[in-house]
Amino acid sequence: MNILSLFVLIPALMMLGLWIARNVNQVRGGMVTGASALLVLAVGLAVTYLHMRAGGASGEMLFTDSVMWYAPLHICYSVGVDGISVVMLLLSAVIVFTGTFASWKLKPLTKEYFLWFTLLSTGVFGFFITTDLFTMFMFYEVALIPMYLLIGVWGSGRKEYAAMKLTLMLMGGSAFLLIGILGIYYGAGAQTMNILDIARLHIPTAMQHIFFPAVFLGFGVLGALFPFHTWSPDGHASAPTAVSMLHAGVLMKLGGYGCFRIAMYLMPEGLAAWGDFFLVLTTISVVYGAFSAVVQTDLKYINAYSSVSHCGLVLFALQMMTRTSCTGAILQMLSHGLMTALFFALIGMIYGRTHTRDVRQLSGLMKIMPFLSVGYVIAGLANLGLPGLSGFIAEMTVFVGSFEHPDFFHRACTVIATMSIVITAVYILRVVGKILYGTCRNPEHLKLTDATWDERFAVICLIVYVAGLGLAPWWVSDTISFSVAPIVSHLNISCLPL
Amino acid sequence: MEYTILILLLPILSFLILALAGMKMPHRVAGFIGTLSLGAVAVLSYVTAYGYFTQPRSAGGTFATLMPYNFEWLPFTPALHIDMGILLDPISVMMLVVISTVSFMVHIYSFGYMKGEKEFQRYYAFLSLFTFSMLGLVVATNIFQMYVFWELVGVSSYLLIGFYYTKPEAISASKKAFIVTRFADLGFLIGILIYGYYVGTFTFAPATENLMQGALMLPWALGLMFVGGAGKSSMFPLHIWLPDAMEGPTPVSALIHAATMVVAGVYQVARLFPLYIAYAPETLHIVAYVGAFTAFYAVSVACAQSDIKRVLAFSTISQIGFMMVALGVCTGMPSHEGGLGNMASMFHLFTHAMFKALLFLGAGCIIHAVHSNEMSTMGGLRKYMPITHITFLIACLAISGIPPFSGFFSKDEILTACFAFSPVMGYVMTFIAGMTAFYMFRLYYGIFWGRENKELHAEHVPHECPLTMTFPLMVLAAVTCVAGFIPFGHFVTGDGLSYDIHLESSVAVTSCVVAVIAIALATFMYARSSQPVADSLARRFPRLHEAAYRRFYMDEIWLFVTKRIIFRCVSTPLAWFDRHVIDGFMNFLAWSTRASGEEVQPMQSGRIQSYVLWFLSGIIVLTLILLAV
Repeated sequence: MNILSLFVLIPALMMLGLWIARNVNQVRGGMVTGASALLVLAVGLAVTYLHMRAGGASGEMLFTDSVMWYAPLHICYSVGVDGISVVMLLLSAVIVFTGTFASWKLKPLTKEYFLWFTLLSTGVFGFFITTDLFTMFMFYEVALIPMYLLIGVWGSGRKEYAAMKLTLMLMGGSAFLLIGILGIYYGAGAQTMNILDIARLHIPTAMQHIFFPAVFLGFGVLGALFPFHTWSPDGHASAPTAVSMLHAGVLMKLGGYGCFRIAMYLMPEGLAAWGDFFLVLTTISVVYGAFSAVVQTDLKYINAYSSVSHCGLVLFALQMMTRTSCTGAILQMLSHGLMTALFFALIGMIYGRTHTRDVRQLSGLMKIMPFLSVGYVIAGLANLGLPGLSGFIAEMTVFVGSFEHPDFFHRACTVIATMSIVITAVYILRVVGKILYGTCRNPEHLKLTDATWDERFAVICLIVYVAGLGLAPWWVSDTISFSVAPIVSHLNISCLPL
Repeated sequence: MEYTILILLLPILSFLILALAGMKMPHRVAGFIGTLSLGAVAVLSYVTAYGYFTQPRSAGGTFATLMPYNFEWLPFTPALHIDMGILLDPISVMMLVVISTVSFMVHIYSFGYMKGEKEFQRYYAFLSLFTFSMLGLVVATNIFQMYVFWELVGVSSYLLIGFYYTKPEAISASKKAFIVTRFADLGFLIGILIYGYYVGTFTFAPATENLMQGALMLPWALGLMFVGGAGKSSMFPLHIWLPDAMEGPTPVSALIHAATMVVAGVYQVARLFPLYIAYAPETLHIVAYVGAFTAFYAVSVACAQSDIKRVLAFSTISQIGFMMVALGVCTGMPSHEGGLGNMASMFHLFTHAMFKALLFLGAGCIIHAVHSNEMSTMGGLRKYMPITHITFLIACLAISGIPPFSGFFSKDEILTACFAFSPVMGYVMTFIAGMTAFYMFRLYYGIFWGRENKELHAEHVPHECPLTMTFPLMVLAAVTCVAGFIPFGHFVTGDGLSYDIHLESSVAVTSCVVAVIAIALATFMYARSSQPVADSLARRFPRLHEAAYRRFYMDEIWLFVTKRIIFRCVSTPLAWFDRHVIDGFMNFLAWSTRASGEEVQPMQSGRIQSYVLWFLSGIIVLTLILLAV
């Protein structure tokens, strides 16, 4: 059996185990075992992958395999990974692992919660390993549906509204996506659903012009593209901690990944025709998200708008179509996934104690919960792009890569997008100054305690990854860049540096 | 020179130890770890400097540029990549000496100053982090490495200004410092992007053909980079963060906001000096004008401040203005003589770091003694604090440009360079130098002479500080006394060829006379216990005095821009737009789907009659259509 199938098999076994588990400890045991297995698997895969590349494996995808499961439409269960999917799998495994610890004490219905949580991660892992359009779409849907229940049942605040809104908007996006996928399938000559094979065929230009925006928007909704981002603040605000982590950390990356791997890779001429339009939208996303975050008063809203800005930067960098900028986009996905997960974990932990996320009601937390506060400052610094943490390398790669684009308009947009780094500093420092510094005004809060061991473990894990990526970026960058190269050269722009 | 890596490793190691395990250590141990590592760094820096400057010069008469380490940290494209490494050339070696000396002194001093402070360990951890970042900045091998450490320096400055994080002023000051410099760094970043794109490399000394191809855009790139430098070096109008940054502990002000970080902008211009001279002389002159205006603005504000740290902050701003002017007045023709200003600027950077750190540490002793920053609580302190008094006086004389103290020599070189550029610039800068002497002695008399606040002093008798605090003062004072005689022009110059420092007699005499007159004026106005002249002047020009005291309303203007325009006119409407228009549209879609569903719903009534009616009417309509066709 192919090693990649384990990424789907392990969650399936986890669900079986959870189903027969009889008490909370067994549930936790099952989750930790499964999540650790996934993490080990992902690390093992990354090491093997790097080893094979170093050994001269030159195929675009490694570990490829294909099993037909619906012949009339040529739908196969085909798998394969390149550098991009390897780092995404690693990211997902890390977030699932830490998310397990972040929801350690979740009540009620612990077992059911973890069941849906695992189903969601199955979808995510499945999405990243497949190379078949339809199978990919199927896993995408598998990842979306549990979100409705996780927010609607275990959420807080206006959870039913938020769950409904999120699901409907993302479903709307996937309706476009389905149209787009069918368009690609028939446009390419209806012989295969495998992305690698379709890329070798030529889809008629007129069809690309129609179906490119459908696919790009379909994934763009998940990537919080302006003006389809409004599910994100409400959804995150209502979601339980680990779901926010998984959603912002991994699920939103499905959007950027899909835009790159399907929309752009398969329909370069569509991209050429629609590039400027989407460039404007993504530039707006970047700046608009940042400005909107400045005046929010709910911690999760601030983070959600910040995610709009940062995920906007992913799609923005993809529009630039240079090898460096696309590498930067993937790095930004990775970095945003890690640091946003860290942020949401910390916000969840603070909320669990204070029962409020309102910036105006929190103050002086540094003295009360120093561990969580220091973690929050580190997450904030990563978010505003402090060198040595992951945000910096991603943003710099994006900006340097985007500035390589010879077109004046593209470069002007890059300059506008760089403005976001100042605004990011404004909203991050505003929150840090308001909730962590100063003296605590609420006597109730003085009695609160600092993080427990499971929370500390989750936070430290994430910080180690954020710092690790920020301090030793070269190997990740090289791995991604290697795999981005064939896709970018396929985009066939004459001005490429390579 | 392989051991230079230790200069960077020791501070970061001490930061990691103190940050991870510091809170469990006793104060003394934590302080020793920080101080010892810095002591080792200082020794290593001196060894490096000695080794570097005693090596034989190359055939052209310059010191070789060494690069003991350089590895690729983050690749972008084959040509563009961020490297991390160590670059040794005259200016970076000089900066290593300055930073490690001042930082070491500040580490020792903080033992006394921060004694009993609750989070003593955290303080030392941040000091180490700052020192690491600053050292990394000066040894940067390429412009992007400089930017990386530039940001790190900004963050460590943020953390140190906000060290007393329960004080609201400290919180807002740290935030302001970070955001203003970040705003300026945006210029730096865009400058780097332009430089990288057009010149095709991030190194400081690209190949000539690369430069030729980017020659057209170089002035823009350098100008934008200078915006970043202006932010860090608090040039007008980006200076507003520095006076507020005085909310940090005083030793921090001495280290960061007087001697090291604020000269990063000057260092940046000096580092890129060959490019400026060859490709963007006009941009270089803009640097000079900005510097001159800032120097003038800052001295006029300094004359009216009553908080001693604020006076010193504005003094720093104006002295950095001097360094910028010195760099800016350089010309490429003739290449050696025209580059005198570069040497003068670096010399002044060196001497200023020493005497300004001395002034700040002295101010720290005074604050330690009277528990206030306000001049009104001082006066007549000379009899209580003799060591502080003498060392402070030495520093005042040095900054005023009185021989034989170090400031005289470096300022004289700056003025010579200014006169060579244009007589107007020369006279303006001489005048500003005179005003410097005036407000410094106003400060000096206000603290040590003048009207003593006897009630306060009777209640709490001021006392001389412990040896840990006075020892650094004495060391720095000694350096200030002798530094002027260092043959600086042999070591650090713009083009690498050495100058013989000779005093231009006309310039030296003029500046001395002006300084002495200014000091005499300050003595006349402020030395005695009643100050009729100063008071009547303040009464006669109340508006001017008020405006100068409020720093010519620059903070209000900035507050207006940020609070009113960005916060209220951009962000708030955008957030409203998002919630009500964009999200409103999504909600409208949901609502309209539901509403139309409810409209259609009654049709599913379950009554056979109405179904038949609809069925029949449908058939009739279809029949009619078919017939019509």
